[in-house]
Amino acid sequence: MATLRTLITADPIDTAGEIAAIQAGRSDIGAVVSFTGLCRDEDGRLDALELEHYPGMAEKEIGRIAAQAAERWEVSALTVIHRHGRIRPGETIVVVVAASTHRHAAFEAAEFVMDFLKTHAPFWKKEHARDGTPTGWVAAKASDDDAKARWKD
Amino acid sequence: MKLRYFAWVRERIGTAEETVEPPDSVATVGDLLGWLQGRGETYAFALAEPDAIRVALDQDHAERDAPIAGVREVALFPPMTGG
Repeated sequence: MATLRTLITADPIDTAGEIAAIQAGRSDIGAVVSFTGLCRDEDGRLDALELEHYPGMAEKEIGRIAAQAAERWEVSALTVIHRHGRIRPGETIVVVVAASTHRHAAFEAAEFVMDFLKTHAPFWKKEHARDGTPTGWVAAKASDDDAKARWKD
Repeated sequence: MKLRYFAWVRERIGTAEETVEPPDSVATVGDLLGWLQGRGETYAFALAEPDAIRVALDQDHAERDAPIAGVREVALFPPMTGG
């Protein structure tokens, strides 16, 4: 039974701390894979991203995605943390840490979580430009739907 | 039922949530979207591109043919852009 940790938070995410925590006190883990999603500055244009979320459903959906990954691959532990609120360039938006006995399960579980999170977790990014030009909502990408579709079956 | 709106759907409609009582003829998610479009200009604007609207029933993603009977909370929002 995998240890699942999922969290939606307005606070900064401690990626190194999450990687250390997933293996702390255990000796059954042979592989740890982590993905960190960062806020880009878009060539200096961006002042911040505003991450809106649907409280309740965001937690539920990320919990569901993590559980699906843990069912599909033999992971020992899986951590998924997503931030909301105002996020500045260089700051972390999302962290996925997957731990397993052998590396393939951890690699694939982490990728699966990210692909489903992109298309299923209720978060929306709004850009705030540095020069004060009108801000806009980031459009969803068809490539994210394609990335999710490859996990079918 | 309670309706909740997020991101640009919320901005275009002009409110984050409201309570509505649709008529009995509104049976599915698709019916509800059609009914809402007729509620005024802001709704028509927000829901002008039906393909760009995602719907959740009691916090679960739902397709257009999903029945809404007994549902307490319906959320309307654009395609998600988290991660």
